[in-house]
Amino acid sequence: MVTITPETGTKADGADAQHARSARRRRRLLGENPLGLLLAAPYLIFVGVIFAYPLVFAVWMSFHDYFFSAPGADVEREFVGFDNFIAVATDPAVWRSFLNVGVFLIINVPLTVVLSLLLAAALNRALHAKIFLRVSFYVPYVTASVALVAVWLFLFSGPGLVNQILGPLAPDPSWLINPWLAMPTIALFVTWKGMGLFILLYLAALQAVPKELYESAATDGAGAVRTFFAVTVPGVRSATLLVLLLATITGANLFTEPYLLTNGGGPNGASTSPVLLMYQKGLEQGDPDVAAAIGVILVILVLVIALIERRAVGDEES
Amino acid sequence: MRRSIKVTALAAAGVLTLTACSGGGGGGGSADDLETKGPITIWYSNNAAEIDWGKQMVEAWNADHPDEQVKAQEIPAGNSSEEVIAAAITAGNAPCLIYNTSPAAVPQFEKAGGLVSLSSFQDGDDYIQERSGDNAAQYASADGEFYQMPWKSNPVMIFYNKAMFTEAGLDPEAPELSTYDDFLATSRTLTESGAAPYAIYPAPSSEFYQPWFDFYPLYGAETGGTLLVEDNKATFDSEAGTAVSEFWATMYEEGLSGQEPYQGDSFVDGNSAMTIAGPWAISYFGDTVDWGTVPVPTSAGTPADETYTFSDAKNVGMFTACKNKGTAWDVLKFSTSEEQDGQLLELTGQMPLRQDLTTTYPDYFDANPAYEVFGDQANRVVEVPNVSNSIEVWQAFRDAYSKAVIFGEGDIATFLTDTAAEIDDLVSQD
Repeated sequence: MVTITPETGTKADGADAQHARSARRRRRLLGENPLGLLLAAPYLIFVGVIFAYPLVFAVWMSFHDYFFSAPGADVEREFVGFDNFIAVATDPAVWRSFLNVGVFLIINVPLTVVLSLLLAAALNRALHAKIFLRVSFYVPYVTASVALVAVWLFLFSGPGLVNQILGPLAPDPSWLINPWLAMPTIALFVTWKGMGLFILLYLAALQAVPKELYESAATDGAGAVRTFFAVTVPGVRSATLLVLLLATITGANLFTEPYLLTNGGGPNGASTSPVLLMYQKGLEQGDPDVAAAIGVILVILVLVIALIERRAVGDEES
Repeated sequence: MRRSIKVTALAAAGVLTLTACSGGGGGGGSADDLETKGPITIWYSNNAAEIDWGKQMVEAWNADHPDEQVKAQEIPAGNSSEEVIAAAITAGNAPCLIYNTSPAAVPQFEKAGGLVSLSSFQDGDDYIQERSGDNAAQYASADGEFYQMPWKSNPVMIFYNKAMFTEAGLDPEAPELSTYDDFLATSRTLTESGAAPYAIYPAPSSEFYQPWFDFYPLYGAETGGTLLVEDNKATFDSEAGTAVSEFWATMYEEGLSGQEPYQGDSFVDGNSAMTIAGPWAISYFGDTVDWGTVPVPTSAGTPADETYTFSDAKNVGMFTACKNKGTAWDVLKFSTSEEQDGQLLELTGQMPLRQDLTTTYPDYFDANPAYEVFGDQANRVVEVPNVSNSIEVWQAFRDAYSKAVIFGEGDIATFLTDTAAEIDDLVSQD
């Protein structure tokens, strides 16, 4: 027979309280389910090393006189305040590049959203060759830009197929060396190339739109256009926000296409993007601090645009 | 609130860590280790002819130096060798010697603490000056020291397609290309006759190095050897700069040169009747084109034996990551010796940057008359100026040139004045 004395009872209560406190502390630190943290750890490390560290480092670089140097080299990296940002703000080439990417986004993002949704809706209803059509749209997305650029040059270079068809109506100077047409041509290329992914996103979202809504709309006598705007568009709002954000972010990171299509951002910098300029300044010209300043401005602008888009489209919660 | 404090603390810790990591310090090498001997690694260019030269050079060295073996490899693939080398310097894994160092990138590598001053070797300056003569001075840095071994040049000239000239009714053995007026008239004949879509097609794209193959050779010729920047001042806002710019602007305006980047080699593909290239191109052209060469034109038609051009040199850099610098210096001298320079000439057709080239290797030039003109031209070359922000200088020039000359926006005088001021500013910065 075990007798519980008031003393032992107090001791047991104390141990329980301590145990509860340490459990609470552990929960605070590791969350309700520590296994989740373990499972998420590889991704968290990946994000930390690949995204967070370079981002913090880039911000640090943008406020210092930074250049790449040999390990152990005796170099000074002074804090220069906003000097790099002033250099960026007073460089017409930088302004031009942001203007270029603005033109690009104005063409690319709405076109991507509208065409992807329309094509996805059409594909969703397609009765024949559904798989073939989906793959057809997806192939450009997974094909290397380098390969596709050759096709685009075959079409849009001076003596290319498009100009041959247009004959006297062909623009002069030609598409990719025309200061007004170079960026729109690149925007069209990127829209076409990236469409496959966005169509897939919309197709996935369309599967989740309740069929009852379409049946109700049909019962109410709504036509195809009315149904599209009343049922489909609101039904894929989350996907639209995702497509908008992805198109904006990937568009703002534009590099490969102007680099390959216009050999370094010509004509007269009419197709130079901020990232292409970062590459030139940072890697070719040895000014990574200025390149970092451009990058910081770009990140801030993209965040602002993303916030505006989120407010404009709304999300599930709102 | 607590979370935001944690985030702030983490960010601050990150920044502090970065600050600690990036603070520099130490030195890229000291005089103490200039004598150290042992195995070394070198990189050479990845074109077939230079690989052959590199292999035989390394074999010859290794056979006599069992304790100082050289391991050689092609420069790793990348967008440009300058970027690959810059990355290797930053990573601290650059080899001892790179036989593909662009003079334009030397100031940048020097600033990064990546290059060993060859002048710090006891016989460094003497060896370089004795081998390269007066031309060596162009490769000295602002402090008067040599951070590169002047190695080889590819003086650029005009190559022309004899068949196209014949088809256009022009004399393929004595083409009229010495003055700007002659060059323009010949170009018009070539295109108007239908013999060639374009007369000449220098790459009209925006890369910083493109002026080396359109504006700069003609500018060197027009000025009798003036560099783009001298005494830290841009030199091209002048009559000579205007003449060269207006010549090229006319070529573009009249459609004699193409404004759109050509995918491929315009000359080899028969899209243009002329090109500007160095002797390396001779083996590249092979039997595809029946070509002839003339010096680049000038406004007054300078005699061939007085005409300057761009050197298109590639030099050898010794990098601070090298542990056995004593051996590296010996290998550098061995590989630029009279014998190895002769091998370079024989195997690649490129011109070693040594004085009296044609008289040093008379047998080679007798046996290869096509190269003799380049050998002679190698005595009159201009190099890229060895100044701060060199690549930025060329990019600034190219951007403005592209706008005013290739696409004809704005006037030439403004382009020259504004760009000269911009470049003066760039070279005055550290």
